[in-house]
Amino acid sequence: MRSLPPLSSQSPKTKYVGSSHQHESAIGHVTGEARYVDDLPEPRDLLHAAIGYSQIACGQISSIDFKEVEQSKGVIGILTVKDIPGHIDIGPVFAGDPLLTDHDIRYFGQPIFVVAATSELAARQAVRKAQINYKPAPPILTEKEALSAQTFVLPDHCLQRGDLKTHHTKPPFTLEGEQYIGGQEHFYLEGQVAMAIPDEPGTMTVYSSSQHPSEVQKVVAEVLGWPLHSITVDMRRMGGGFGGKESQAAPWACMAALLAQRYQRPVKLRLSRQDDMIMTGKRHPFYNQYRVSFTPQGVLLSADIELNGNCGHSPDLSDGIVDRAMFHADNSYYIENVKILGRRCMTNRVSNTAFRGFGGPQGMLVIEQIIDDIARITGIDPLDIRKRNLYGVLDRNITPYHQTLEENWLPELITQLEQESNYRARRTLITQFNHQSPTVKIGLALTPVKFGISFTSQHLNQAGALIHIYTDGSVLLNHGGTEMGQGLHTKVCQIVAQTLQIDTSQIKISATRTDKVPNTSPTAASSGTDLNGQAANLAALELKKRLSQCLADEKRVDIAQIRFDKGQIYWNETESISFAELAQLAYFKRVSLSATGFYKTPKIYYDRENAKGHPFLYFAYGAAVSEVSIDTLTGEYKVNRVDILHDVGSSINPALDIGQIEGGFMQGLGWLTTEELCWDNQGKLATTGPATYKIPAISDLPEILNISLFNRPATSETIYRSKAVGEPPFMLAISVWSALRDAISSISNYKFSPQLDVPATPERVFQAIEQIEKNMQKEPYHDKVE
Amino acid sequence: MIQFLLNNQWQILEDVSPSLTILQWLRTKIAQTGTKEGCASGDCGACTVVIATLSQDDKLHYKAVNSCITFVASLHGKQLLTVEHLAQNGHLHIVQKAMVEHHASQCGFCTPGFVMSIFAMLQNQTKESITKHKINQALSGNLCRCTGYRPIIDAALEAASTPGAAITDEQKVDTTQKLLSMKQQLPHGELKKDEQRYWLPADIKKLKKIYREHPDTALISGGTDVALEVTQSLHSIPKILDLSAVSELQTISSDEDILHIGGSVSINRLMSFCQSSLPELAQLLERFAANQVRNQGTIAGNIANASPIGDLPPALIALNATLQVMVPDGYKTIPLEDFFIGYKQTLLPHQGIITQIDIPIKPKSYKRFYKISKRYDDDISAVCSAFCFSIKSGYIQSARIAYGGMAEIPKRALLTEQALVGQPFTLSGIKPAQQSIEQDFNPMSDLRASADYRLKVAQNLLSRTVYEYNQNSHLEAHYA
Repeated sequence: MRSLPPLSSQSPKTKYVGSSHQHESAIGHVTGEARYVDDLPEPRDLLHAAIGYSQIACGQISSIDFKEVEQSKGVIGILTVKDIPGHIDIGPVFAGDPLLTDHDIRYFGQPIFVVAATSELAARQAVRKAQINYKPAPPILTEKEALSAQTFVLPDHCLQRGDLKTHHTKPPFTLEGEQYIGGQEHFYLEGQVAMAIPDEPGTMTVYSSSQHPSEVQKVVAEVLGWPLHSITVDMRRMGGGFGGKESQAAPWACMAALLAQRYQRPVKLRLSRQDDMIMTGKRHPFYNQYRVSFTPQGVLLSADIELNGNCGHSPDLSDGIVDRAMFHADNSYYIENVKILGRRCMTNRVSNTAFRGFGGPQGMLVIEQIIDDIARITGIDPLDIRKRNLYGVLDRNITPYHQTLEENWLPELITQLEQESNYRARRTLITQFNHQSPTVKIGLALTPVKFGISFTSQHLNQAGALIHIYTDGSVLLNHGGTEMGQGLHTKVCQIVAQTLQIDTSQIKISATRTDKVPNTSPTAASSGTDLNGQAANLAALELKKRLSQCLADEKRVDIAQIRFDKGQIYWNETESISFAELAQLAYFKRVSLSATGFYKTPKIYYDRENAKGHPFLYFAYGAAVSEVSIDTLTGEYKVNRVDILHDVGSSINPALDIGQIEGGFMQGLGWLTTEELCWDNQGKLATTGPATYKIPAISDLPEILNISLFNRPATSETIYRSKAVGEPPFMLAISVWSALRDAISSISNYKFSPQLDVPATPERVFQAIEQIEKNMQKEPYHDKVE
Repeated sequence: MIQFLLNNQWQILEDVSPSLTILQWLRTKIAQTGTKEGCASGDCGACTVVIATLSQDDKLHYKAVNSCITFVASLHGKQLLTVEHLAQNGHLHIVQKAMVEHHASQCGFCTPGFVMSIFAMLQNQTKESITKHKINQALSGNLCRCTGYRPIIDAALEAASTPGAAITDEQKVDTTQKLLSMKQQLPHGELKKDEQRYWLPADIKKLKKIYREHPDTALISGGTDVALEVTQSLHSIPKILDLSAVSELQTISSDEDILHIGGSVSINRLMSFCQSSLPELAQLLERFAANQVRNQGTIAGNIANASPIGDLPPALIALNATLQVMVPDGYKTIPLEDFFIGYKQTLLPHQGIITQIDIPIKPKSYKRFYKISKRYDDDISAVCSAFCFSIKSGYIQSARIAYGGMAEIPKRALLTEQALVGQPFTLSGIKPAQQSIEQDFNPMSDLRASADYRLKVAQNLLSRTVYEYNQNSHLEAHYA
């Protein structure tokens, strides 16, 4: 209808979306000026709090003596469960999480009392002086113990499709097995922290390092017995979250708020690293079992899978987590006849919680083990077994929860990666190498990822945003998502910049606050940009519409003539005013320069009763090829090379997306290799700090790491056709674990598949080698390798 | 009173607790919150700051340290550089700029620590010498949970190749002059608050005097272990005598195949000193704790600490090192292999201070030192082993072997050694000796490893010495 102006035809619309903008806080990060909760200037009369917690995992408190605590230097007072005016239980979805206890003990580290003192040291020293006696009872600690005691936090759930009975034929084309998967500590570099400041009577502001400010607002209000509008939660940035600050940032905020209310003084509560590791939940350990049948060509006919998640003492978010494990136990593979049972084991441990992948990784690992084992039985390369079992593009595309895959890019993506990584040629060379290398063996594996995007709780798939334009043309943007390093604010800023055609420097994103955008969802499930980006875009579109109308009215042109381009707004082909001028014009014309946006994800539903539905709007895909070397004398290993091809749809910010991919991969690598949580037999955590709990350090970076984006616009109507990226790459690290198993299997000339539980520490690799050697003695092959 | 430079400004501290750490001082006393606390145990590097020290030859040396486990009192006579110092007149420092451009921060909490570690690296190395390997060493004590490290390495490489990252000579001269004049006026540091005391003597004479008057004081040098008493156990230490500034304990020399290392020489100084004369030890020390701790931790500290899992003692026992110990009436010599007598118990005499360690380098022997742990960087050994063989015509003529992590003390494998002597240095030749390891040791199971794994690995490491003698069969082996 209208022809483009000459200027514009030479330089198309400025691309704010799709370019690698630096993180909005990058300069603050490198200068140390970016403030985290503990960096905020401390208000007058600030008190510091510390928590006294249970020293047993199960039993009852028989007596408490606070005398020495009260007399300890600097102590102002002690908060116990009796001092909580409102709700005591702060369970996020289900009940079961009392803020404090004075009787029943359900895990080691359960909070019993909180001390307020004039300094952090005084508070921390004081809590150690309490005399608490217990009547201990034998704790239930592992998934297996919970299974035999039949203790569960919630009922089982089961997915089923097809008929299992018909297919379980006889060996060698059946297989059964099990796997143990350890937990994982989040190890966000910034520990849990909250500061509560009493405002006007009956109101309070809480600064909390939380992925879910609305939840913090809700539970703080509830423990105080106040309506929600009394509490404002402010969250500018977290020093890492990874799921650990989704539900479990709330207790500390509640404790600080209760003390702040009691003493009418600001109160800060910051957990020491040790207390943080003891008192907060981790990734769920899982014990998985399976029975499968398959054709001589290695194609799965049936699978009967049981996933047992160790939830700890309470439900917390475990229902969704075990569900997501179940939804990912197929990973990328079509299983004609399938049953997936998910159990929520109750143990006397701190309540396990969200962690990047939200159960998905623990579900995926079982099918990847099955696939590798089928490869050893059939003598076919594991990659071929994987390819044969992939979901089809037009058929063989129904998941165990009856969602049809509408867009399956994996066959193409895997073929591309197979070629780019030179998989086949390397396989040949590696097999030759392993034949002649006496102690060092090399392993290679390609594993895919298909990860469902959307909260599996339908109601969480909503988001709000608020945008103000001021009369100098500067824009203040606010949305319900939280910034934990993932670059959410940067991406949302780019989205708004694109729509309004102004520079990102003109847009400021302020702290996430419950008094700006209410009733928000947690920033979780990789959904931050998908949801908040849409909401912010809708708000920006509304403002754009109002501004366009205002300018059209002023210039007496049709609104369709108005065009935003690079900070200028054109009402005909050549004439324009700046964004700031238009803002002023709109102000004088009494046009509202503030708008909200609200988004809800379409299409998704899940019928839990029948275990059928469409829980995910779409899937994110990826695959990785990893190569490792192991030393069979010690079980030590190193990752030589990793090639990743990952689907982020049309990338909003390639640099940030690659950052999520490699960061997620490395975190997954830690989970699968060095990160070992150790507990004693009484349920006390032994690995309570970085001295004993080993997240990947710099030398763990693979020697060669090639990462490419599979750049293809999403089929679903996502924001600018992008895809979520936070969690899916975590599971690319499964290729490293699979490569370790490949290297170990090479000792048996690929005849046996080793049991390699997670984390695969050097010791576990060593044990797996020993096991393989034993198997070979029992059942020697004539072509045994020397 | 203690006096030091914070960036370019003098700080004089009188009324602060001697057990206050640099991190606590920065964050709670002077509101400089750019330096972060990640663990308060020296294991994550978020709190990394840079300390400039004048060496004996009046040159400035810059080292990255963990401010969370360094007492502020130890700064006397030094310059403390924090992340707040780097950007000048609104311009980011080259390291900061490179970090921004390479998208090397995500949550940003570890970032100031990385910036300071890279900054320190660039002060001490020529840009040509900075390789990926050097960067890994320099950043071995900085944990990042978000990025996966690749962009940080890229930023460090870029910063290293950009001119202007180093402090200018002009600034260095200025700082040197300031510190020198201060050193003359106030050579010894001392802090006193309530009943707590901290001394930082500059020479042995002063050290002796203080120790004589306060025989009940705790001795520290790097303090990386004792500081945990304060930051983790929340104890206050009434008296601290810090040996790190005593010039006589900082000497380092060699003659006739023996290295003479002062007790307060840092692990990093030892590592670079023995690079050519004892490369096997230098290689092992690359994996000793992490860079920040290696900058502070000292050789005497690692020995006197008497940990069964210290990484230096096995190698030094295998090399037959001896300790020079200063006692009130003179000096004593103690062979290191006799020094450890029980869990955390030593032969250190009353009022004794380890002043020097003499390490024979045994140039003609075949030496192998191995550390086994869950993680490559900054981890505590499950097993640490040291082998020192003399081999002639394929036969073992003599053997000294010591292990850490296998007993309550770092200990020689005497029966294993006996079983090796006279045997051919082959896989079958060492077989009987491998059995003897089971007689020499009865290791325990803990969170680092099971007893079974420790024992089998200890045996297999002996095989590794044979494999490596014949061919390179370590993890670096490759098919291409």
